Amino acid sequence: MSVLLDVTNVSKFFGGVHALDNVGLRVPSGSIVGLIGPNGAGKTTFFNLITGLYSANSGLFQFNGQFYSPHSVAQVTQAGIARTFQNIRLFGAMTALENVMVGCHCRSHTGVIGAILRGRQVRQEERAIREKSFALLRYVGLGDFADHTAINLSYGHQRRLEIARALATDPLLLALDEPAAGMNATEKLALRELLLQIRVDGKTILLIEHDVSLVMGICDSLTVLDYGKTIAVGSPTEVRNSPAVIKAYLGNSP
Amino acid sequence: MLNFISQRRMFLWLAMLSLLILPWCVGSVGGNYWVRVLDFALLYVILALGLNVVVGFAGLLDLGFIAFYALGAYTFALLASPHLTQSFAAIAVLFPEGLHSLIWLACLIGAVLAATFGVILGVPTLKLRGDYLAIVTLGFGEIIRIFLNNLDRPMNLTNGPKGIRAIDSIELFGISFAKSLDLGFIQVPALYLIFYLFLVLACIATVICMRLQNSRIGRAWVAIREDEIAAQAMGINTRNLKLLAFAIGASFAGVAGVLFASFQGFVSPESFTLWESIVVLAMVVLGGIGHIPGVILGAVLLAIFPEVLRGVVQPLQNALFGHVLVDAEIMRQLIYGLALILIMLYRPKGIWQKRGASTS
Repeated sequence: MSVLLDVTNVSKFFGGVHALDNVGLRVPSGSIVGLIGPNGAGKTTFFNLITGLYSANSGLFQFNGQFYSPHSVAQVTQAGIARTFQNIRLFGAMTALENVMVGCHCRSHTGVIGAILRGRQVRQEERAIREKSFALLRYVGLGDFADHTAINLSYGHQRRLEIARALATDPLLLALDEPAAGMNATEKLALRELLLQIRVDGKTILLIEHDVSLVMGICDSLTVLDYGKTIAVGSPTEVRNSPAVIKAYLGNSP
Repeated sequence: MLNFISQRRMFLWLAMLSLLILPWCVGSVGGNYWVRVLDFALLYVILALGLNVVVGFAGLLDLGFIAFYALGAYTFALLASPHLTQSFAAIAVLFPEGLHSLIWLACLIGAVLAATFGVILGVPTLKLRGDYLAIVTLGFGEIIRIFLNNLDRPMNLTNGPKGIRAIDSIELFGISFAKSLDLGFIQVPALYLIFYLFLVLACIATVICMRLQNSRIGRAWVAIREDEIAAQAMGINTRNLKLLAFAIGASFAGVAGVLFASFQGFVSPESFTLWESIVVLAMVVLGGIGHIPGVILGAVLLAIFPEVLRGVVQPLQNALFGHVLVDAEIMRQLIYGLALILIMLYRPKGIWQKRGASTS
């Protein structure tokens, strides 16, 4: 199995705080890899580094066989890593469909002149974007909500819409930052089905999640962070039995 | 569905027909003065549509928008008036018959120049949003006006506060828009001709705005307005698209400025004060920010409204109290303020807001 994302020796300081210290991560193609750790462990920072929102102080980033230096979020998306956000960041005033259509931006080409003249090619591209977005909405189970304003959707639906929007960028790697946060048990179950389906359809998933049952249930391998350091890597069972992980989550045994 | 389409088409035809006969109706009731008001209303429509691209679509609060209008106006004023040949001997030698630029060429130059300045304003303000951006753009607007006001020394480029006069009137396809046109069976007065010209341009501006809005570019702008980081995560190059919004909005104002200069025949820095920027912004906000029909409605309403007040306030007070208590100009500002407060309280997204837009 080839490695899709290979990140090594990443460090990030905020002033004197070592948010991340020599952290690495390997995501094999077609797998679901989980990134877990207690609050403040540096998971989201790591995510932001991979996706170009922050720049790392050091580290090597290799995606799809090529080195890249994540400085611009847009370029990273262009390269094929799509992400969602821990605190939902939808385009609130737009409809669900429009949100997904924005996701198609980086895989479409119409320029200003083209948009103004609206020739045949442009109309075709526009139609293709609309159809693809509808299909993606149906894929995540929001087919009936296409015309709803994003801000009026329920929490669970907003999370799904973010996934659909990320999928619209045609990513190789889907990076989800706590997709189950705030969901109830039924919604979590449905999310799990969706994530497994996305993997079946050929995408690789990197997952930050607090919900242990979800992570243990679907991830092929886990990386555990604590205080900016990797404390365990391995299959869910290995990680569950690792003394370092138990210590990080539960503290020292007396 | 078919019924719906034909209904819509019929509505469009009716609207077009009523717009065609509008100057004749208004002219016969209110005289040339009111046709002139209509002409200006159409100029404001173009301006407001331009500002709507920047403020409404991309969400970049611009308080110096009138500067681009000024750039357009002075472009034509310099290229089609005796001013340059009178102040500079070298130019007089080059153009012995005086400078007389073609209006459409001047429109192009005005648009490109304004767009260039739009980008110049955009580059240093890329990281600013909201109030901070508003302050910088406000400063930019004032800088342009103060330059125009003072560039009569050391060399007389803009003729300072005295302004530039004797600007050529519009001439297009051999038709002069300064005198009435004889169509054989009917005489079309100059002001009516200008109305039709401005109407065509306003329609073009509307179509451009609508097509941009319903395109990949328009969606990207709204995405930036809603959440810039999420927009970047969609692969949108926010820097380029913001600059594009500035440039396109400015070019609308540039064209409107060229038309203004030739219509008025005279420009001075007084026409481009902060107050004018605020009026155009009020048109956008009052009408329905980001919603094209609303913006057009806002522009027409706010362009006509002061003239109505001017015609009503003083006669009404004379009739009621026997003398004028409050000046029309003061009344206008009072009612402006009141209208804005009421709109913000009861319809925060504008008079004619987007269907389905929540007011929360």
